[in-house]
Parts: sequence; structure tokens; C-alpha cells
Amino acid sequence: MNTGALHVRRLRRVIAVAAASLALAACNRGILDPVGPIAAQEKQILINSTAIMLAIIIPTMIATVAFAWWFRRSNSKATYRPDWEYSGAIEMVVWAIPALTIMLLGGITWIASHDLDPAKPIKSNVPALKVEVVSLDWKWLFIYPDQGIATVNQLVVPAGTPVSFRLTSATVWNSFFVPQMGTMIYTMPRMATELNLRADKTGEFQGLSSHFSGDGFPGMQFEVQSLPADQFAMWAQGARGTGQPLNPQTYAELSKPSSYVKPITYGAVAPGLFDAIVNDKVPQLHLPQAAPPANKNSAVPAGG
Amino acid sequence: MFGRLTWDAIPFHEPIPLITSLVVLLGVAAIAAWITKIKAWHYLWHEYITSTDHKKIGIMYIVMGLVMLVRGFADAIMMRAQQSLAIGASQGYLPPEHYNQIFSAHGTIMIFFVAMPLVIGFMNFVVPLQLGVRDVAFPTLNNVSFWLAASGALLVNLSLFIGEFSRAGWLGFPPLSEKAFSPGVGVDYYLVALQVSGVGTVLTGVNFVTTILKIRAPGMSYLRMPVFCWTALASNLLIIAAFPVLTVVLAELMLDRYLGFHFFTNDGGGNSMLYMNLIWVWGHPEVYILVLPAFGIYSEVASTFSGKPLFGYRSMVFATLAICIISFMVWLHHFFTMGAGGDINAVFGIASMIIGIPTGVKIYNWLFTMYGGRVRFTVPVHYLIGFMLTFVIGGLTGVLLAIPPVDFVVHNSLFLVAHFHQVIIGGVVFALMAGCTYWFPKAFGFTLHEGLGKAVFWCWFIGFHLAFMPLYVLGFWGATRRMQHIPDATWAPWLNIALVGAAIIGLGIVLTVVQLLYSIKTREQRRDVTGDPWDGRTLEWLTLSPPPHYNFAVLPDVHGEEAYWTRKQTAIKQDQLIDEPDYQPIEMPVNTPTGVIVAFFATVCGFAIIWYIWWLAILGLVGAFAIFVWYAWRDEHEHIIPVEEVRHNARERRRIRMEHLHTLSQSV
Repeated sequence: MNTGALHVRRLRRVIAVAAASLALAACNRGILDPVGPIAAQEKQILINSTAIMLAIIIPTMIATVAFAWWFRRSNSKATYRPDWEYSGAIEMVVWAIPALTIMLLGGITWIASHDLDPAKPIKSNVPALKVEVVSLDWKWLFIYPDQGIATVNQLVVPAGTPVSFRLTSATVWNSFFVPQMGTMIYTMPRMATELNLRADKTGEFQGLSSHFSGDGFPGMQFEVQSLPADQFAMWAQGARGTGQPLNPQTYAELSKPSSYVKPITYGAVAPGLFDAIVNDKVPQLHLPQAAPPANKNSAVPAGG
Repeated sequence: MFGRLTWDAIPFHEPIPLITSLVVLLGVAAIAAWITKIKAWHYLWHEYITSTDHKKIGIMYIVMGLVMLVRGFADAIMMRAQQSLAIGASQGYLPPEHYNQIFSAHGTIMIFFVAMPLVIGFMNFVVPLQLGVRDVAFPTLNNVSFWLAASGALLVNLSLFIGEFSRAGWLGFPPLSEKAFSPGVGVDYYLVALQVSGVGTVLTGVNFVTTILKIRAPGMSYLRMPVFCWTALASNLLIIAAFPVLTVVLAELMLDRYLGFHFFTNDGGGNSMLYMNLIWVWGHPEVYILVLPAFGIYSEVASTFSGKPLFGYRSMVFATLAICIISFMVWLHHFFTMGAGGDINAVFGIASMIIGIPTGVKIYNWLFTMYGGRVRFTVPVHYLIGFMLTFVIGGLTGVLLAIPPVDFVVHNSLFLVAHFHQVIIGGVVFALMAGCTYWFPKAFGFTLHEGLGKAVFWCWFIGFHLAFMPLYVLGFWGATRRMQHIPDATWAPWLNIALVGAAIIGLGIVLTVVQLLYSIKTREQRRDVTGDPWDGRTLEWLTLSPPPHYNFAVLPDVHGEEAYWTRKQTAIKQDQLIDEPDYQPIEMPVNTPTGVIVAFFATVCGFAIIWYIWWLAILGLVGAFAIFVWYAWRDEHEHIIPVEEVRHNARERRRIRMEHLHTLSQSV
């Protein structure tokens, strides 16, 4: 083995380590690191709008400091115009600048609000995956009605396939949010909201509740796994039939307040459970939130 | 007998609230002992507590606001410390049930018991003086308003010692705030405190709208009113329109909690979306109730210290009224993520952005007020420029939040937290600090120490940016608000910078106290003997500092937009004051203990309702009603200030003004 090859190999290893640490540092950087079309468009609108406004704001900030400094009392070179209080031309300009900016941004808003309406299905050749989301005290339940399985605090999606979410809450309000996938939406008791997202990249992303929901709220984080479509199918296949089924009894058990809950998989789901939750027809225990949340690694009966 | 009040309500086993309680109680006892020692109770009772003088009531509001600022800030620094400590494996030093009370109390206190009293305090102190009149329309009501606000503040602080405060956030969203999920007394403290102080606020609104519309000096037409009065009018119109909505929505939540109604519950046909709508129908105008008078303060500061009239006065008035009206049509932008659909979100998003137009115009008008001026870099001007630089960025992030698809990814995040602190601190707090420095000599007859004032400004300016710019970054990273525990260790550096920023703001608050004490100690060096320390332009600078109880011996005749400036320039030109008018005896409203007694019974009643002590609640209501009946049957409405006293004071003032005039005409 010659030294050159050794060098190359060592160099490769260094690069690999550096790249891995960079990837780690860059991973999970929220809405600035989109992994799907919705998040990407939202980031683009964010950047464009900021740029448009900065074009007005930066000169204004410079003028503020410049005017104040030039017209300081000790500056004898500045002309003092003690009675100057009106100029039609300036008035017109100062009304026109913000008005035109807002007209431009308003146009963007009108178009984007319709394009990125959370309920609007994403155009795709692949049929959308249906996922039903229920926020509980304090964890997330994901039901896959077509696959007949359910998970807690772990959302698995096929990359490149649109996901069509229906969302509700079994207790108080929460907000379902995967920053890297885009758009968050409230989960509200007795109501169902709709959301369409897609992850084009594979990988693991962080999900969370972004609406305060009580003492166990910070433990409502969940992980999103975006798998290649065939691996997703294998995962769903493997999950089916393993572990406990999600029926009114296990659901009642799951509904008890707990936080920082580790992922659980249910191998079967009672049909119509989501609609029953929306209509408040599940025979569940109505437990108050008074009890402090369980600690980390809380002992919710593991189904999977 | 005592409802649900037992010894368990006292936090004997929780060191943080227990020690805080003891320190606060000791502090209050020490102050009370000191007042007794210097025998000041009599003075306080007659000059402040029972006063119907708008200036004294204004000062009481401002003192209350500043004291509560310390409480609200203590909450803030505890939250920042918790978020810097509770990262990864650590849970920090505050368990969730304590942390959640702290952020709920921080928001509630800062909006209702810091920003509102300060803004209302300035309106009280300044508006009648600027309008050239002797008092507000309903002086006794004004005293009642203050004491009801104080009663609310007392109840919120009481929750620290007895029981707990709400854990459901400063807006108490149901169903979390419903009995099923928050069975304790915390939400009840929140609801009752806001109901009591809310009544006071509505009364203030009625009082000031009436004052501004009906009571102005001769010749003070609408378009000659100083811009601060215009912004006060707009703000009070918003109070009258918005606060009743708050009262109703909180009353509905109380019915749910106390009598088992189902307005916002999950069962029985309740709908929590209704609460979200109603609370924001109040909540969004509330922002403008605070920020419009702040804009008024900046307008006064910009014009006075540039030595020029305000640029585009009419444009400014129009912009104020435009903001006043549009602010009522944008509440839905607080919940774009409810899934209302493209049309609704777009309409409310664009309506929200439209507010940016008149606001932008205001910024440019202040800019052109400085243009061609002789800008004196006093403390208020520091705040003005600090505000203009900070607020445009806050406006930018606000417009971003008004774009629904952007809101979809930053809603409820630390980006949002950074945004509203940027407009509230950069907009409202900076104005209030500027106003304190600007009107302090008018209230107390001497100016505040300039150097320390600048030090306080830099603490707020640097501290604010260090505390909140990192939160924008964390918001982009997906960090949401109200987290008792931080899941991602990589956020630590930014959270630590924010903690340092909060500490620097804390230093600013300490320096404010130092500035006040030092200024009082050395007040003889900075006496304002002329009543016009800043070369002012509006009528409050016409009278002496501090003004007599009746403000003006004779109501000033107003010619033109800048009533006092015109008058001063004429006097300088002619080298004489206007001819001595014919003095008359002056009728002024008598002092009354009605406000403080009503507030006492309101506090008792409120406390009893919180703890289900029904006999005491009835006693409190009967007591409050009885005092009103007693007041309604009073025989003495006004006392007369004899003409000799008026003439004597007025001649003394004319002598001082003559001397001042000579110094001015020599300097010109």
C-alpha cells in the first residue's frame, strides 16, 4: 500500500467526518431547511417579502440616523427651517411608498393564501396517503386508516407521496407542526381540520405541538420518518397485526395524561375511531389535567 | 364558611413563592412604617388617594405601572433563566405547574397592569393640560377607575401568596381554561382580576372621550388639538368599543366555570373557536390602544426637540384615525392556522398589512419633522430614534406574520414572541420611558438626571436587541413559545444571549430607580422654575411646574395649531405678556374616598368569588353599592378657590414668565 493511497483514504475519512458533522449541524434547522414543496414555497415567500420590505426599510433607517445627526443643534452648517411643516410632494411620496409596497405584498398574499391553503390537495401522480391525527394529553396519535395501523409520537411517511391529514383533538387545543415540512394547523376538540403536506427527501425530522396545551406540553415532541415508498410499505406491512390493537379500551388507557411518551405502534385500529373522537362518541375516561405530567420515559403501557 | 380557602392555599412547601411572598410583605411593611415615621399618611390620603385631580391620578397610575413592571420583569427573568437551564436532560429549576403560572402572569401583568396603567396615566396627566382645561369630564369617576385598576393588580399579586395564578396563558384559551382542565383557583384569579380592572378601563374610556369631545379651551378646535390628544381620543374610542367585548367573553367563561354553562366547553354544544374570535376582537385593538398614545408621545417629542412644528399634522391625524378604524377589522390574523380557507385568510392578511401604510406614513412624518430642525439629543430623542430604528423591523416582521403562508410556519413560535415584544417594547415602552423624562419636570418641578437617563436608554436598547433578536433565529428553527423544557441542546447559545439581554434590561430598571433617587436628592440643581424646561409648544408648558390644582387661572385662548408656541413667539416679539385678564373664583371638584372604598369592596368581593366564599361576596357587593348610594346623596360637589388666591398665584406666574421672556428674547 503506497502512502498516496493512504493519504487519499485518510482525506476521505476526514471529509466524511466533516460532512457528517456539517450535516448534523445543518439538520433540523426548521423552516429554513425545507424538505417538501409546501415548506419550500413558504420559505421562498418569507425571503421574497423580507427582501421587498428591506428595500424600503434600510434606506428609512439610514435616513433616520442621517437626518437626526445632520440636523443636530450643534451643526451650524445645517439650515434651520423652524416653520417648515408641510410639503405636498413629500406627503404624496410618503403615502405612496408604503401603499405601493403593501399593494405588491397584498398581491403575493392573495395568490399565496389560495395556493397554499392547507386544505388544498397537492397535485401528484401518486395517490395521497391518509393519516388521521389526534392530539391527546400530551402526545400525538397517528392513525393510518387505509393501512389499519396507528402510532404514537412517531409519524412515518413515504417520501414523494402527498400526505392528506385530518386532525382533531381529544382534549384541549394543540397545533400540529413539522417545521421542515411546512404549514402548521390547529387540532381542536369536536372539530376536524385538514392539511396536505409532502416530504420529498427521506430522513428524520422533528415534529411538535406549537400551541400551549398544559403542564405536559413541552413533552409533545414527535419524530417524523420519511422513508422511500417501498420501505414505507414494508414498515406498514410489518406493523400490521403486531402489538396491541387500538380499540376503545386501549384508547382509554392511552388518553390518560402522560408526557414525553416514547413511540408506540398499534397493530390494528378500531374502524371509525377518528370520527368517533371528533363526535365525542368514544367511551373514554374524562380525566382532568390536574395531575402533574409523568416524568420522562413515562410508563404508558407500551403497545408495540 | 371559607369556601375552598384552606391553609393549603399558602405555599409553605414551595420555597420560591414563599420567599417572594415574605420579601414582598416585608417590603410593604417597611414602606408603611416609613410613611408612618415621616407622618405622610395624612398627606397621601388628601393629596393622592382621595384626589380627583387628573394630574395626581395620572401620577398614581404611572407609579402603579412602574411597580408592576418590576413584578412582570421578575417573571421574565425567571422564564429566561429556566429556558437557559432546562435543556436536554435537565428539567431546570421550575416545574411545569410553576413555569406555566409565570408566563401567564408575565403576559397578564405586562399588558393589563403595566402598559395600560402607564398609557392611561399619561393620558390623565397630559390631556387636560394640553387641551387647556382644568380637569376631565368626570373627576370622581376617574378616581374610581384608578382604584378599580389597582384592585385588579392587587388580586393578581395576591395569587402569589394565596393559591395560584392561571396556568392557561395571558389570554386563557378554553377548553384549557375550563373547569375540566384547570380546576384550581388560578383561572378564577385571572378572570376576576381582569373583570374588576376592565370596568375601570371602560370608565376611563368614557371619561376621556367625553373630555376630548366636550371640554376644550376656547378656540381649541379639533384640528388644533395636539397629536397626543388625537391619539388619546382614538385610543379611548377603541377602549369603549373593545373592552366590553372582553368583559362579555370573560363573563361567558366565568359562567362556564361557576354555573356549568357551555359556551366554550368540549361538551354540551360549546365551541372554543368562539372564544378565540371574541378575545381577539378585543385583543387586536388592545395593541393599538397601547401604541396610538405612544405615537402621540413620539410626535410631541419629535416636534419639541427638533424646534419645529410636527411635519404633516393633518396627515398624522388622518393616519391615527385610519389605524383606529382598520384595527377592528383584522383580528382573524391571530389564528390563520385554524384552517379558515384561502379567501378569509387572504382578506384578513391584506387588511392587516394595510395598517402598515398609515404607520409607515407616521414614521416618515417624524423623519421629516427632524429634517430642517435643530435636534437636541436629549433622553426622549434617544428613545425616539431608538424607536424608529427598532419599530420598522418590528413592522417588517409584523407584515410577514400577516402573510398567511408565512404565518403558517412561524405562528406561535419564538419569532412571534420576538415580534410582539419588538413592537411593545420598541414602540410602547420606549415611548413611556420618553414620556416619563419629558413630563417629569411638569409633574414634580425638576428634571431627571440626563446622564443616568441615557444610561437607562442604552440598557433598554442594547438589552432589548440581545434579548429578542436570538428569538427570531430560534423561531426560524422551529422553536415554539411557552416551553418549560427545551428539547434541542443546539438552541442553548441563543437562549443564553437572550438571558444576557434580559439581564441588561434588568440593569436598566435598576438604573431607573438610581436615576429617580439621585434626581430627587440633587433636585435643587435642576429646578424647573419657568414651567417650560424644553422650550415646549403645547399648552402644558404654559402653566407652572408643578401646575396649580386648577391648572390655569384663566383658560387660555387658542389661536392656531400650536397654542403655546404661537403665544410665546408673540410675547417674545412684543416683549410683553398678554394683558392681565379678569380673574374669577374657580370651582373645583372636592376630594372623595369613594374610589378607594369601592375598590376595597371590589377586592373583597373578587377574592370571595375566587374562593367561593359566597356570604363575603354578597357583603362586598352590598358594600360597594352602599358607598355609591352614599356618594349619590352627597351635598358638597365642589369647593371654591377664592379669587384672591387665584390672582396671587397668577401674578406670581406672570412675574416668573416675564423674567423667562427676557432671557428668551436675549437669546433670540
